[in-house]
Amino acid sequence: MARMTMIEAVRSAMDVSMERDDDVVVFGEDVGYFGGVFRCTQGLQAKYGKTRCFDAPISESGIVGTAIGMAAYGLKPCVEIQFADYMYPAYDQITQEAARIRYRSNGDFTCPIVLRMPTGGGIFGGQTHSQSPEALFTHVCGLKVVVPSNPYDAKGLLIASIEDPDPVMFLEPKRLYNGPFDGHHDRPVTPWSKHELGEVPEGHYSIPIGKAEIRRPGSAVTVVAYGTMVHVALAAVEEMGVDAEVIDLRSLLPLDLDTIVQSVSKTGRCVVVHEATLTSGYGAELAALVQEHCFYHLEAPVVRVTGWDTPYPHAQEWDYFPGPARVGRALAEVMEA
Amino acid sequence: MAPRKTASVSSRKTAAKPAKKEFTGSNIAEFDRDQDLKAYREMLLIRRFEEKAGQLYGMGFIGGFCHLYIGQEAVVVGMQMAQKEGDQVITAYRDHGHMLACGMEARGVMAELTGRRNGYSHGKGGSMHMFSKEKHFYGGHGIVGAQVSLGTGLAFANAYRGNDSVSVAYFGDGAANQGQVYESFNMAALWKLPIVYIIENNRYAMGTSTARATAQSNYSLRGSGFGIPGMQVDGMDVRAVKAAADEALEHCRSGKGPIILEMLTYRYRGHSMSDPAKYRSKDEVQKMRSEYDPIEQVKARLIEKGWATEDDLKAVDKDVRDIVADSADFAQSDPEPDVSELYTDILL
Repeated sequence: MARMTMIEAVRSAMDVSMERDDDVVVFGEDVGYFGGVFRCTQGLQAKYGKTRCFDAPISESGIVGTAIGMAAYGLKPCVEIQFADYMYPAYDQITQEAARIRYRSNGDFTCPIVLRMPTGGGIFGGQTHSQSPEALFTHVCGLKVVVPSNPYDAKGLLIASIEDPDPVMFLEPKRLYNGPFDGHHDRPVTPWSKHELGEVPEGHYSIPIGKAEIRRPGSAVTVVAYGTMVHVALAAVEEMGVDAEVIDLRSLLPLDLDTIVQSVSKTGRCVVVHEATLTSGYGAELAALVQEHCFYHLEAPVVRVTGWDTPYPHAQEWDYFPGPARVGRALAEVMEA
Repeated sequence: MAPRKTASVSSRKTAAKPAKKEFTGSNIAEFDRDQDLKAYREMLLIRRFEEKAGQLYGMGFIGGFCHLYIGQEAVVVGMQMAQKEGDQVITAYRDHGHMLACGMEARGVMAELTGRRNGYSHGKGGSMHMFSKEKHFYGGHGIVGAQVSLGTGLAFANAYRGNDSVSVAYFGDGAANQGQVYESFNMAALWKLPIVYIIENNRYAMGTSTARATAQSNYSLRGSGFGIPGMQVDGMDVRAVKAAADEALEHCRSGKGPIILEMLTYRYRGHSMSDPAKYRSKDEVQKMRSEYDPIEQVKARLIEKGWATEDDLKAVDKDVRDIVADSADFAQSDPEPDVSELYTDILL
């Protein structure tokens, strides 16, 4: 076991995968010589050469399209989209080519690509460097969508994603790169080196895509979250002194609905939390599923805590961010109902 | 671990040379008898297939989109005659001719047009979306220009694997104005990828003529900013296409990177079945048909040189019509896909 930040864990996943399989290539903007804007690919070009880890021009559509062609021929490209916000020029390729090539070729061709993309706020990037576009992916059949919340999961899930035969959108919450951010922006972040989930095996392991993890067992209310919001939810639950069960989805597509249904059937109350904007966000899907599957167990309406329906603001980042106070208010609301 | 491969993706080793030195287009080859007969048969198969598809569409057996390749047959046939086993083909939505030229079965293509169980995509793709791993045909893509990046990725895979294959990526004069085409050009030139970009310039992007859509209508120059050589080819003369293809494929196989062939061609029918083609004159179409038809050119040559009699060619036509009629029968009698197919092949 080693102590790793999420950056190191992601890098280790790519390293292990490249070591094991010559077909794995890593590329994207600044990922080769520079080592990635967040340093996730640092050292990989030196170790594996410029043919396997290399810089691409600033051409997201071309990058993703090229990766799809590589994958159709049998390579396994692991692409870094420098920020999730930069994926929009490639959205055509993602939705209409990557997600559908298996379906329309009747399984003749597949698309084993991974698009890694730093997501969410946390660096005052404003509206073009802070977005959480996961719902734009979960709305597309033919994609898998993964959001890790800690280094251990990040490595195991990224290895599983690279080995997966289908296209995986791998969203890395940049707020978690260096520590388990609990939403208290005015307090220093605890480094991963002091967190048990910063313990990461150095070798190969994988975590199945589509299995949620219960981060805190409880009986009074279920909190469904993923990525950064897992840590915010845990902080809010402690502060409120509520016996909540906190579920870390880890994968949004496929979704581990069983774990959610079992939990809500037990607690009868549910709060859904994400950083992305409210309207038509992934939380809407979760709320709908909970009411479909747990309606007769529910003691209170399902409540969503999310970013506001505004562009991600620069100066007011912490007013936008659904921190522990807002999650706490939602917990109080469902408990009173 | 040392990478297996040869083609460097290092940006320091780039710079394809200027067009003229690299690519002359000077080897205009004559065809021998076998080549002309082969070209005749292949082009005729596409033409008869497309005529039948048009009929079936009119009769209501084919729904949705159906883009006919009639008039442009010399382009894919000439290219295919120059290609080697393993070279990948990828194209847009006017794709029936490409599939037939690749050797895909007429039955499977026609049955996909009618949306039947034994169509190449089991009815999930339709006219614009068919594939064959066996024949190295990578689709069949309905989004204008999107396939160009995929073709670039195929070329990357060839370079990475160190094989001798070339990716042949087709797109039209309309797609040539899409941004991602230039992203692809840049990457292909930067990494010296083995790809022939084929711009099938049939003069109309749906109903918009090149004159109304583009500031530079010499599409062979479109790669010049990246140092990609290109040339204009008489896309109505299968021999000219084959000669240009030979040179372009050799250029790619010898490690010189990408190349562009602009095929000057013409489609006789509308863009799709719902297009009455009022944006051009009947005289224009008639002139192309009567003076430049790719099949008639070969036919005249075969007769003139005494390589075939009218009867010989009628026999070829009959043979081709039989194949097409069989595919049409099959495409009408093959069952529709089971409703359970709806949810297959979405994810593994």
